[in-house]
Amino acid sequence: MEGAFILEKLILVVIVFTVSLVIAMYSTLAERKIAGFMQDRHGPHRAGPFGLLQPLCDGGKFFFKEEIIPAGAHKGLFILGPTLAIITACISSAVIPWGQTLEIAGREVSLQVADINVGILYIFGVVALGVYGIMLGGWASNNKFSLMGAIRAASQSISYEIAMGLSIIALLMVTGTLSMGEIVAQQSGFVNWNIWVQPIGFLVFITCAFAECNRVPFDLPECETELVGGYHTEYSSMKLGLYMFSEYINMFVSSALMAALYFGGYNFPFMYDLGLSQNWITIIGVLVFFFKIFGFIFFFMWIRWTLPRFRYDQLMNLGWKMLIPLAIANIVLTAVVTIIKDMYF
Amino acid sequence: MSVFYLVAFLAIFFALMTIFTKNPVHSVLYLVITFFTLTVHYILLNAQFLAVVNFIVYMGAIIVLFLFVMMLLNLNEEAEPVKSNLVKIMGAIAGMCLLATLLGAFRVIEPSNEMVAAHADIGLVENLGKVLFNEFLLPFEISSILLLAAMIGAVLLAKKDVKKA
Repeated sequence: MEGAFILEKLILVVIVFTVSLVIAMYSTLAERKIAGFMQDRHGPHRAGPFGLLQPLCDGGKFFFKEEIIPAGAHKGLFILGPTLAIITACISSAVIPWGQTLEIAGREVSLQVADINVGILYIFGVVALGVYGIMLGGWASNNKFSLMGAIRAASQSISYEIAMGLSIIALLMVTGTLSMGEIVAQQSGFVNWNIWVQPIGFLVFITCAFAECNRVPFDLPECETELVGGYHTEYSSMKLGLYMFSEYINMFVSSALMAALYFGGYNFPFMYDLGLSQNWITIIGVLVFFFKIFGFIFFFMWIRWTLPRFRYDQLMNLGWKMLIPLAIANIVLTAVVTIIKDMYF
Repeated sequence: MSVFYLVAFLAIFFALMTIFTKNPVHSVLYLVITFFTLTVHYILLNAQFLAVVNFIVYMGAIIVLFLFVMMLLNLNEEAEPVKSNLVKIMGAIAGMCLLATLLGAFRVIEPSNEMVAAHADIGLVENLGKVLFNEFLLPFEISSILLLAAMIGAVLLAKKDVKKA
């Protein structure tokens, strides 16, 4: 491998990493601002203009809080829990195509860290791994509320992963590839977006994304009316911060995933008709992609302050008895439509 | 090649740790690491699909279920049920039989086989799918029927308890 290639990937990794951390940081502020807006109050507005320095203050506070590891806790696993949560959250963005290629000094620079052959499956694997952080943390705390939260998280995540996988299978039947780069490249323009051919799949996918991110209305693992704080009851200081941070990064990554899989990623209407050079198309594409991502993040927050939390049996019923049959029906429907299209058109 | 030896060493090391650790939760976690090293092996063989499926199915689902049961039962060193000697001896014999079978199977494998050497990209999704659905369609379908039967069996077993209660 040549040096320039490694250097360009390294820079891209650092940028993606920084951007996801900054977005996660400011998501906390956005969440509170939106909550304030929906509940007709101001939200944080003391630190800096419009409260823009609030995330920095919160972060600083997390670092300076006393760190408590309970006497009965399993020390190694107690530390491993939040570590795993944040690592898995950060590595899942590696296969997302952020934009097309940029031409810098005669070199084509792709704005995707790794276009691997099995991109979507990689994301699934990492998401599946994410539940370990919660489970280990909850178990190692040696607290029954934490344990309950951890067990809820595990069963919820496994149940919704199935429906999520099935909704993706229907999408793959349309796209015919597992590589994220190709899936996004296929959706150029506006009419080719996968949302138009897979509306049911998208509905299942976004519901499952809410469940996988432990967001309201599916935030049963940290349901404070029943479980104090859920799996992170015993956590304090930056370890708690890492758990919360990983939740926001997951939200960012799943928003990016939805935008890339169903809403065309960096593609925007009339992208080739405006007579722009390749670099400009790429730059506008990246901005468009982030606009879509922010739209989804806003949607996540909007739902959080609109819907009440599900009961646990309702959650399981929804997952197993509604979403999975719906996703399977969607697969059959997609298959039938594909065959009819092949035969008659 | 040195990467292979490192990963192989780690795989065997963590497999042994899985067996020798007293704490069941630690044991499960070592098993996770063992599966991860196996995933790395698949990547070294350029079998991307198998690597990722191993990652999702074993590390992401099956071991999570193991961990789930461990945590629910809250097993620990003191509460660990001690098996009788008969079961231990039977386990040892069964394990040895498996080992003998595997050794016998590995003896006939030739790594320099033309079929293997000519298909270095066989592990990529596209090629694997074509091979599975053309050359090995019948075994593939039969194994999926086996899985379906197992699934129905599991549902039946789970249902029995509801009727009793």
